[in-house]
Amino acid sequence: MKGRWKAIAVLAVAAAVVAVVAGTAAGAHRGVSSKSAGGTLNIMGFGTNGDDVAKNRTAIAEKAVAPVKVNLPNGGFNEQQFLTDLASKQVPDLVYWDRSYVGTYAAKGALMPLTSCIKSQHIDLSQYRQAALGPVTYKGVVYGIPEFFDVRTIIVDTNVADQSGVTGKMLNTQNLNTLKAAALKMYKHNGGQVTRIGFDPKLPEFFPLWAKIFGVDILSKNGLVPHLNDPRAIAALTYANSLIQAQGGYNAFLAFRNTWDFFGGDNQVAKNQVGAWPMEEWYYNVLASVSPNVHVAAIPVRNHIGGIVNYSTGSAWSIPKGAANTAAACKWMKAMTATKTWVTVANIRKAKYAQNHQYWTGLFTANSKADAIINKPTSGEPKQWASILNTVEHAEKYSFAIPASPASAEFTTAWTNAVNRVLQGQQSPKQALDQAQKEAVAAIKAATK
Amino acid sequence: MSGFRERDTWWAYAFLIPWIFGFIVFTAGPMVWGAVLSFTNYSVVAPSHSVGLANYRQIANDPYALLSLKNSFEMTAIYVPLEMGLALLFASMLARLTRFDGFFRTVFYLPVMTPTVAIGGMYLLMFNGPYGLVDQFLGIFHIPQPYWLTDPNWIKPGIAAMLVWQVGANTVLYLAAIKNVPQQLYESAAIDGASAWRRFKDVTLPMISPTLFFTFIILTVYGLQVFDQIYTAFYNPSNAKISSDTSLMYVIYLFQQAFEYLHMGFASAMAWLLFGIILVITGIQILVSKRFVYYEGEQTR
Repeated sequence: MKGRWKAIAVLAVAAAVVAVVAGTAAGAHRGVSSKSAGGTLNIMGFGTNGDDVAKNRTAIAEKAVAPVKVNLPNGGFNEQQFLTDLASKQVPDLVYWDRSYVGTYAAKGALMPLTSCIKSQHIDLSQYRQAALGPVTYKGVVYGIPEFFDVRTIIVDTNVADQSGVTGKMLNTQNLNTLKAAALKMYKHNGGQVTRIGFDPKLPEFFPLWAKIFGVDILSKNGLVPHLNDPRAIAALTYANSLIQAQGGYNAFLAFRNTWDFFGGDNQVAKNQVGAWPMEEWYYNVLASVSPNVHVAAIPVRNHIGGIVNYSTGSAWSIPKGAANTAAACKWMKAMTATKTWVTVANIRKAKYAQNHQYWTGLFTANSKADAIINKPTSGEPKQWASILNTVEHAEKYSFAIPASPASAEFTTAWTNAVNRVLQGQQSPKQALDQAQKEAVAAIKAATK
Repeated sequence: MSGFRERDTWWAYAFLIPWIFGFIVFTAGPMVWGAVLSFTNYSVVAPSHSVGLANYRQIANDPYALLSLKNSFEMTAIYVPLEMGLALLFASMLARLTRFDGFFRTVFYLPVMTPTVAIGGMYLLMFNGPYGLVDQFLGIFHIPQPYWLTDPNWIKPGIAAMLVWQVGANTVLYLAAIKNVPQQLYESAAIDGASAWRRFKDVTLPMISPTLFFTFIILTVYGLQVFDQIYTAFYNPSNAKISSDTSLMYVIYLFQQAFEYLHMGFASAMAWLLFGIILVITGIQILVSKRFVYYEGEQTR
């Protein structure tokens, strides 16, 4: 027995030695690769995926950073992979991600402040919309260069509205009683099953928009004080939830919505399965592409005093702390988001669309100067699509966003769970948002310790 | 015993070195490191320091940790008997087949090959209330059609039903066990006038009890640890609209803490707590099994 244990001990030591040697070898390999990264720009999260705008912008940015070699693997931002990179101190030079990530990572010191980058590359911050800069600015320091910009307006299936006797004026979010009445006019059901949604408030995703309609931002500008249980936020959730409950209840409503062929030719507008709903502007591109003959209109979302509001989200570029090639990263961000770049690629797309007899429905970016040039209807554009483009372009000017927060993931989970508890009938809006407020306050407090 | 002096034994152990290496690097090492991290506030991105037992104390005071643990237990309590019962039913049916048994064995096993992420995606289609295949089937028999994805009363049974998709693996195990039951035992029982039910209860079940016990442990562990399908169905960012307090399982919450909120120390403590819980449950199962499991060759009780 003694001999056996001795042998096992020898084998374990041998295996451990192999493991250590392998680990050291891997470390040595990392060292070499980071040294050679001087001439390479490693990017995470930006895949061109056959998209012409992404491809053409990449070509422009590659020229801007030449002769640096660009390593641009396909695929979106992967948080687990990024964390592994941070843990192994082998970070990419640039990450392309949702703006909501920036606050959390900036607060933890994982991102490079872009102050010197902006100065050295003469990046004109005034070209970016404030609602895009807010989520990438933490404690007054910019940690990301904003890129795309979502604009949320109300998409109306005018066939459904006309048939139901609903006018555009009735779909004004300022007049909540009229809106609910219009929703019920367009809503259809067969027994317990919903066969058409009149108005979909898009909960839980658009809760921040509903709160804004009722006059409150769910998070303070500095990202540190949640206002989730503000009476206006509670009223907003109460109202938006009542829209769903009045149209068959959450279970039937969502089950029906889940049947939609959202990106296909048999989409909910083509099949008249919905009257109206707030939605990001990119969906007009989908409709114009897969079912260009549908009858739709865009209506801006308005707050309780009648002002237009747009809840905006979008993507950004950031440089992780420890990045090897910050100079090239900085040049890349500038080139990718420059007015000239956007206009060039938009013109290429417009020409392509014209050739394919496809309608131009816009390209909405965080760069307001670029958007002012790009987002004009093309000549000969049908009135419907031209009008939609003008409405979205106008709504873009009245944008707000959730500010950068040191605990953005927890904050989002807190309000999403609260809204879902209300939708599923487990809590009242006040109970749910009181609980969410406590959770958000605790999370932000812990993150700023 | 003197084997280590023999050349062949050394060769055998030499061949084991890759496994030992893998075990140290990929299993034991991370486990030990996880244990160390569970006493720190490690977040990957910021400097960490020791926090003693604070993470473990925090679990006890975290309502979502306790809720998710309760959810995992309840879902597992539905899933394990459901999976074992169905697998046993299918295996008993397959054991009676005299023709095409190979074909049906393959058919039953095929769903096991489905990637778990695809199962999560399929679940959304098949269990989408009255529009899903499952409810439409129930509708044929005028059975009430639940909203599996959104009704808090049906979310956990729905998840358990989704996991049963891979029942084929256990069906094949049970079938092999049933086929190994000596035929003469059935013949003797038949001569003694035992009904089919008595033969199943008093011959089949005791004879396959080691297999049943093995799967009981494995399924319990699986139920408490299952992640992919539930995350895909309820927590994938594009489906967050149907996530809820009812679908929040312990491992999902652990993942959120680690990879979304960057509380790696806390998540490590959660992982070690789950390890301890599974160890205790398995210990209890082994103790209880001594009364119910029959191993050939051992003394009868």
